[in-house]
Amino acid sequence: MINKLAVDAVAATAGVRSGDSVAIGGFGRAGIPYNLIDAICERDVTDLHVISNNAGKDDDGIARLVREHRVRKLTCTFPGTAEFLKQYLAGEVELELVPQGTLAERLRAGGSGIAAFYTPTAAGTILAEGGLTARYGPDGEPARLLPAKETRVIDGREYVLEYPLKPDVALVKADRADRYGNLRFRLSARNFNPLAAMAARTAIAEVREADPEVVLDPDDIHLPGPFVARLVVVAPRLDSIFVERGGVRVGSWREAGA
Amino acid sequence: MTAGYTSDALAARVAADLRDGWYVNLGLGMPTAVAAHVAPDIEVMFHSENGLMGIGAVAEPGQEDPDLCDAGKHYTTLRTGAAAFDSSMSFALVRGGHLDAAILGGLQVSAAGDLANWYVPGGQPGVGGAMDLVVGSPRVWVVMTHTDRAGRPKVVDTCGYPLTGRGVVDRVYTNLCVFDVVDGALVLTDLAPGVTTDDVRVATAAKFDTTGGTPWK
Repeated sequence: MINKLAVDAVAATAGVRSGDSVAIGGFGRAGIPYNLIDAICERDVTDLHVISNNAGKDDDGIARLVREHRVRKLTCTFPGTAEFLKQYLAGEVELELVPQGTLAERLRAGGSGIAAFYTPTAAGTILAEGGLTARYGPDGEPARLLPAKETRVIDGREYVLEYPLKPDVALVKADRADRYGNLRFRLSARNFNPLAAMAARTAIAEVREADPEVVLDPDDIHLPGPFVARLVVVAPRLDSIFVERGGVRVGSWREAGA
Repeated sequence: MTAGYTSDALAARVAADLRDGWYVNLGLGMPTAVAAHVAPDIEVMFHSENGLMGIGAVAEPGQEDPDLCDAGKHYTTLRTGAAAFDSSMSFALVRGGHLDAAILGGLQVSAAGDLANWYVPGGQPGVGGAMDLVVGSPRVWVVMTHTDRAGRPKVVDTCGYPLTGRGVVDRVYTNLCVFDVVDGALVLTDLAPGVTTDDVRVATAAKFDTTGGTPWK
């Protein structure tokens, strides 16, 4: 019998180890697996290579991993937090900056058996020609630069060779699931989540709803079960959905899917 | 009153060039304001690269949906006919040339249509989807102030900031004028109200052609 439902987020993430590469879905506050990230933070897991669009937003999610110095390297498109910038400039964390469409396609390729692909994105820029600082030294000077990538002219246009990402683990957030691991996402909370799950050796999902007795309609599934190792049902994060601005809590919670 | 467009009038000027039926990506910053000025008698669908086609206005307080944000990470709304998809399909729309236009902000644009808009060295690098948008969209329009906060021209002979793409820009809208990039050279095609060609020349650090354009109304 196939049953991928774990009892809680700690059990679901028990296999995540220090040093792992971890692809994490989410964009803005939508589709972030906050509960799985918190479960990792409850254990002594550090030295992670995180692959995600951002370095987090507000104080939780990936921002918590960064703040607690659990991230060795971040592969992302737009770090976007003051704490990450501080650690980057201090040489405490390495940055691999990737265009957003290239990040998505590298994850898709990683999960799809594609050895490499050519994209026109970034041709003629430092993200293809190399030279952006990957890591600063303790003296504040660049200690390591992103390398140049191979390029090739096809039909008169320059393309950049990109390799897939194959992380050890993916942490993803879905709206609904069944015990077979079939996932359905909702609105912009889908973003990188199915791609991260496809790419990883072990994909772990937190979901809003999964009834062990109910299966999803085959045509309603966004990501089929073989891509997903484990899943856990979590309560909505009421407190974390809307942050306070100027001492006033802005917005009100409307349950996703309601 | 100073000559030239206010930021609101500039957004309206850009919106006036959108056509019925277009699919358009609006970048962060000044381009975002364009959406509010689309003529009521045309239908334009706005793409958000985090996986939405057909976003509407920012959500009213109390109406936010936690699963629905735009590329600027603001809670947004959807209009009739909207679609949701993953990031790979979102960038298939972008790189595959399925959008009609990408409208981006800019730090610098060169006479040859190079764009720099993602990184001021010394700060935090963050590229997002900009490099994908400029290579994939059949029309790449840049909306920006004509000069930076220090008064330095942003339309330049050669970009000093790291590039987003080479030779990718088709049109530049500023508070002073509109330039088209035609065969790797700038052509002044429209002046903002009260602005003269000499005003533009003083504020621009690149050569441009003044003969090719017909002032638009």
